[in-house]
Amino acid sequence: MEEQEEQVPVQVQQEQEIIPKLDIPDTAPREIPTGNPVFDVQNASMYYGDFRAVTDVSLTIYENEITAFIGPSGCGKTTVLRTLNRMNDLIVGARVEGDLRYRGASLYASDVSPTAVRRRIGMVFQKANPFPKSVYDNVAYGPRINGIRNKARLDEIVERSLKQAALWDEVKDRLNKSGLGLSGGQAQRLCIARTLAVEPDVVLMDEPCSALDPIATGRIEDLMHEIKSQYTIVIVTHNMQQATRVSDRTAFYSVLRDARSDTRTGVLVEYGPTAQIFGDPRDERTQAYVTGRMG
Amino acid sequence: MSAVTKADPVKPAGSVGALAHRRPLGDRGFQILTLAAGMLVLVILVLIAVTTAQQSTAWFSTAGLSGIFSTNWDPTTNHYGALAFLYGTVISSVIALVIAVPVSVGVALLLNEVVPVRWSRPIVYVIDLLAVVPSVVWGLWGILVLVPWLNGVYRSIASGLNGVPVLGTLFGGPNSTGASFFTAGIILAIMITPIITSLSREVIATVPAIDKEGAYALGATRWEMIRGAVWPHSQGGVVGSVLVGLGRAMGETIAAALVIGNSAEITGHLFYSGYSIPAVIANQFGEATGGAFRGALIGLGLFLFVLTILVNLVARGIVERSARKMRGA
Amino acid sequence: MAVATNSAGRPVDLREPAGWRRTKNQIMTVLMWASFAVVLVPLAFVLVKVFAAGASAINWQFLTNSTIPPNVMPLGTGGMGPAVIGTLEITGFAALVAIPLGVLGAVYVNEYGGRGILGRLVAFMSDVMTGVPSIVMGLFIYTIWVLHFGYSGMAGSFALACLMLPVVIRSSFEMLRLVPDSLRQGSYALGATKARVTLTVVIPAAIGGIVSGALLAVARAAGETAPLLFTILTVEQTNSNLFSGPNTALSTQIFANATSPYVGAEARAWGAALTLIAIAFTLMIAARIVTARFTRYSR
Repeated sequence: MEEQEEQVPVQVQQEQEIIPKLDIPDTAPREIPTGNPVFDVQNASMYYGDFRAVTDVSLTIYENEITAFIGPSGCGKTTVLRTLNRMNDLIVGARVEGDLRYRGASLYASDVSPTAVRRRIGMVFQKANPFPKSVYDNVAYGPRINGIRNKARLDEIVERSLKQAALWDEVKDRLNKSGLGLSGGQAQRLCIARTLAVEPDVVLMDEPCSALDPIATGRIEDLMHEIKSQYTIVIVTHNMQQATRVSDRTAFYSVLRDARSDTRTGVLVEYGPTAQIFGDPRDERTQAYVTGRMG
Repeated sequence: MSAVTKADPVKPAGSVGALAHRRPLGDRGFQILTLAAGMLVLVILVLIAVTTAQQSTAWFSTAGLSGIFSTNWDPTTNHYGALAFLYGTVISSVIALVIAVPVSVGVALLLNEVVPVRWSRPIVYVIDLLAVVPSVVWGLWGILVLVPWLNGVYRSIASGLNGVPVLGTLFGGPNSTGASFFTAGIILAIMITPIITSLSREVIATVPAIDKEGAYALGATRWEMIRGAVWPHSQGGVVGSVLVGLGRAMGETIAAALVIGNSAEITGHLFYSGYSIPAVIANQFGEATGGAFRGALIGLGLFLFVLTILVNLVARGIVERSARKMRGA
Repeated sequence: MAVATNSAGRPVDLREPAGWRRTKNQIMTVLMWASFAVVLVPLAFVLVKVFAAGASAINWQFLTNSTIPPNVMPLGTGGMGPAVIGTLEITGFAALVAIPLGVLGAVYVNEYGGRGILGRLVAFMSDVMTGVPSIVMGLFIYTIWVLHFGYSGMAGSFALACLMLPVVIRSSFEMLRLVPDSLRQGSYALGATKARVTLTVVIPAAIGGIVSGALLAVARAAGETAPLLFTILTVEQTNSNLFSGPNTALSTQIFANATSPYVGAEARAWGAALTLIAIAFTLMIAARIVTARFTRYSR
């Protein structure tokens, strides 16, 4: 008689992420004073072809603050981030509708040059992407394409940027070695130095620490606090503790499922001071996310 | 009954008992057949070297190194000095590279960085068409159409540059026909463009998108992005593809034979007629009745073989090394 | 409005970047398009000339008449029949030899060679061999075959096959590599030997790409002249016996007629060129159709 393998139905287990209740002291202010608006987004939607990836986003990013975009995967937070410096232009079929203003000027007006935008609104990527050049040339790339050729000035800019990125001490003796030879955390700080070298107004960060260990992450978070007074920072992160550690304001995005067409569209659920989003969320979806029941 | 186990490719289920170690004859035979087919490549390469060397030992031994590299090519007196042909091969190939490399790299960048994917197909078709036209047709067009036209062009350039120090010598007074080193260089350039373009495209396509985005995010224009992010990644591979093109240019026979002018002269005048190694072999082999003459021509063939193999080895070596540098870092 | 206001109240212009950078970018883009134009010009010229001059020479008699007249004769007497048949026969036989061997070689490298040194050596040497000039292949077959067995169409085929072999190996290898491993595993799991897996599953899965690569190799071989110069001699009558006796082909005929000063010869050369291009184009188009319709796995 032949043995038959027993068919055991496989159950899909839902992974429960157990996180401790976030440590927000109750005395932390729920409202924080606002400075100058840097980005003013009104009813913006982003499309890839006909597919609406993010719908109806309205928020204001304020000067010299760190704003975090959080939310489950696929909710469009990176898409929104990339529209702020027109990086989505590089994707075929991507388009934006609605009103996006940067310091009073429309970002998507027809006579606006994306290269001019990106010089002022820099970006650090999820995976560090140093150029296959020396450390010095990596940082000097931005200033050089902006016409700075004077060696003394370039030296000064490179040193300043690397110091701001808390990398100077580690690389000052190996400025001519390849940027590809750095460790993950160092390479990411090199990319930050490179971005700071053109003296932008805003620094956008797309999950900059997701590939790094906790110590490297901590260093980058410290540097974010240090440069905050000179720049405006927007950071996308899937790590809620990081959002509470660094950001002043948080925007929570979620996903709308269209049952008929089985598509997912991102939507901005709630936006406010970080302490309020995590300590006293107004929307139940926000509450579900920050207490760990979703995503 | 035995349990159903995943079949081991070496011991298929049909073999006798679970202790059978030998693979079925057919399976082993097939493997040997494929190995033989693969080894054929090595065998042929070795045989080429060996048989051509055999046929040309007479030439090497009697002429010696000085004889081979002399400029006296006179079969009637048994002199087979090949320097003029070497010179012509090198010069026409260099001219071909000077023309073809900027064009090929330009098209490769155009296809990979400028043109959206949807519209790149017609451009790729044009390059493919360029490659599929047989070399003898290029030579035919060269000698019947290009050469007469260039004759006039060369004369005007030469008269215009009369007396100018360096350029006057290079581009000076052409001899009668318009078939020259430079004409051969032009035809060779047309013929090596497709291979340089397609190899360069392969290399440029391996540049990771995030590097390009990094450059754009710093506010770079497209050209600045190409210089900053694309070029450092792909320069090794592009140099390798240029060398492959060089190998092709040096070995190209028919088109060169028809338009180079067939005159065994060494001269700095690029508009003068010249000769190249494959051209002389093709043109004079039919008349080569004596063993010595034939041996010399075959010896030239061996020389060409070794030269092109070396160039190709260097080319592949450079591509490999730069690919490893990008990967390892 | 494209002018923003920074925190100090001063205007920030978001329009085009500084003049020289934009101009340089535009110049470079123009140069890249110009290089394409440079490629287009000779191609257009050659195709127009071949079609115009060749079309007036080609008629049924040209293609089928079994005698190639001497160069001095004007167009109208004789034709290129022997050359057409020669090209088809010689290239066909070369394909028959080179394609199976090339596919088997690629099978060795991809299925059996793996990371072993022999497999990598064959792949590397095969790439190096694609750079060997065609005239060297002709000389090789001359010394190894013609000196012993005389001129024949088959000798020409061998020379062409040597040219085609590395090309077929490389293109077949690329296609075999794309076949997903899960197909092989599924076949093994049913108890097939490696040979059977390769012959019945892997090669059929890659056949579209293999065939199209082979067609392109044949197209290149059909146009080759130099290898044939030393192996087939040239004749004026059709020699349908591939295995003995000299033969002729379109490519060698074009070469011979190109240097002849007679008007008839020139016209015959253009006609032969048009015929040859038509053959090569047909093969290239066939290769594209095969790629579009029958290739399951592509990059």
